[in-house]
Amino acid sequence: MSITSYLRDLIVPKSLEEQIARVDKPIGSLGYDPWGYNNETIKFGFSLVKPLYEKYFRVTAQGVEHVPAEGPVLIVANHSGQLPIDGVLIGYALASRAERPRIPRAMIERFFPTVPYLGNLLNQVGAVLGDPVNCAKMLANGEAIIVFPEGVRGSGKLYQDRYQLKRFGNGFMHLAMKHKAPIIPVGVVGCEETIPAIANIKPLAKALGVPYAPVALPFVFPAKVHLNFGEPLYFDDQELPEEQVTERVEQVKAAISQLIDKGLSERKRLF
Amino acid sequence: MTGHTRPHILITGAAGALAQQVINRLRDTCDLVAVDFREQVDLGADIPSYRIDFTKRVFEDLFRRYEFDGVIHLGRIMSSQGTRMSRYNANVLGTQKLLDLAHKYGVSRVVVLSTYHVYGAMAYNPALIDEDAPLKGAGLSSDLVDSVELENLATIYLWRYPDLNIAILRPCNIVGPGVRNSISTLLESKRAPVLSGFSPMMQFIHIDDMADALVLAYTNQGHRGIYNVAPADWVAYQHALKLAGCRRLPVPSIPPVLPRTILSLLNLRSFPPYLMDFFKYPVVIDGQAFARDFGFKPRRPLKEIFRYYRESKT
Repeated sequence: MSITSYLRDLIVPKSLEEQIARVDKPIGSLGYDPWGYNNETIKFGFSLVKPLYEKYFRVTAQGVEHVPAEGPVLIVANHSGQLPIDGVLIGYALASRAERPRIPRAMIERFFPTVPYLGNLLNQVGAVLGDPVNCAKMLANGEAIIVFPEGVRGSGKLYQDRYQLKRFGNGFMHLAMKHKAPIIPVGVVGCEETIPAIANIKPLAKALGVPYAPVALPFVFPAKVHLNFGEPLYFDDQELPEEQVTERVEQVKAAISQLIDKGLSERKRLF
Repeated sequence: MTGHTRPHILITGAAGALAQQVINRLRDTCDLVAVDFREQVDLGADIPSYRIDFTKRVFEDLFRRYEFDGVIHLGRIMSSQGTRMSRYNANVLGTQKLLDLAHKYGVSRVVVLSTYHVYGAMAYNPALIDEDAPLKGAGLSSDLVDSVELENLATIYLWRYPDLNIAILRPCNIVGPGVRNSISTLLESKRAPVLSGFSPMMQFIHIDDMADALVLAYTNQGHRGIYNVAPADWVAYQHALKLAGCRRLPVPSIPPVLPRTILSLLNLRSFPPYLMDFFKYPVVIDGQAFARDFGFKPRRPLKEIFRYYRESKT
């Protein structure tokens, strides 16, 4: 028995193997898809995230059933917390749902593929370089894609700006319209408190070639996370001037804002 | 068309394993002439074979004598062979001469073998690259200039001379028995270098399937243009090595100057420094258009490909 298969038997419970096996994923003969997703690695990832999701962040997910069981869909959420913990938790919520689970894809920053080990690992658990061609091809492949239209503006924001939505890019709306993909708005509450940053050292970030260099404790706080999935929003594919596309983006932003408010009102305490 | 009962076809690069597979598939139905700039290959009495430099005047005599209906141009010096100048002369100037003669002598179908290397390997490549994606290969490495220039030239002739009916095929890694390119040499070896922390997605096509693709591209003359050729199956590089029975030899990957220096010192033909990024970042191409237009379906699965390399080591 190889070390890998020994570790898999040790870490991955049988029930989880069955859960992953129930997910209908278009993969090749060796368990990979074109973006590097790997069916074996996802089992490890799933096993490692499970205690974080259930015990550490004690996530409450409401409305996850709104995500369609199949076909292209964009899961659009607010971004926060310096690290992409929000993406991991949304992905787990969908992959672990009882009825018709799905393993969604997350679009990641452009510098990740250049980082040894981490870049490949992220690809193997479903993350994909944030590129419009990738997103379009995955929607054409019927994938569910997690999108954070705020990008680093959202994840890198300071604690004093928590739960204030930054500017949304319009790219996701164009793709949703072109591929007739419904948009599921998601309000994430709690991730802002996981790594509260009080400042961003821009010259250091520039020198390191990273999007931001936060001044924060080197610790991830066990804030309780609330995920609120909204009902699907449908947009037709008519040719529109950019101004009207922005109006549609604002509708999605407003829906997310409402879901954040819902999460904040439901939250009893930070931890 | 010259109205022959059997099509007359010129096949270049006849000394290569791929060309010989194509020849075997066409020899019963076509009159073939084989040429290669490296050596004269014995292909039996029914197939005239020549060692010839395309840029020399005697090359034109073949077009006069055999009145070709078609050309299958497989004769490229690979990026791991020769000098930049010799590759430019053979691949670019040689191809230009070939296409000029094909136009002058009324050839009605030209199939050109290119490579996916023309897209270039970089961190920001999306997956499933379409044929209309920009060719970044030359900008990333001057050793790939001739590959990109060959394509540019063929593309110019494709639009300028529609009567040549050119199809350009950009295959992924061609592997299998007899293939001598860099990736096949790596899979054959007992130890293969890997860049620590990088295992890009790769695509492989068996030489038999690629020969079928070339024959389909020649015989199905209703489509011209540029096509990626790759099966809809993918594997990470380090996983491929494992399946092929290769031990991995890790090379430090950062800062980038370090692996480049190490690879220059190692001087491996199978892992040249200018191809380093292809072992770092994925270049995954979309072969759907070719599969759809030409009815192409690869028959050899990845497991069978790697089994061949694994068993060849025992």
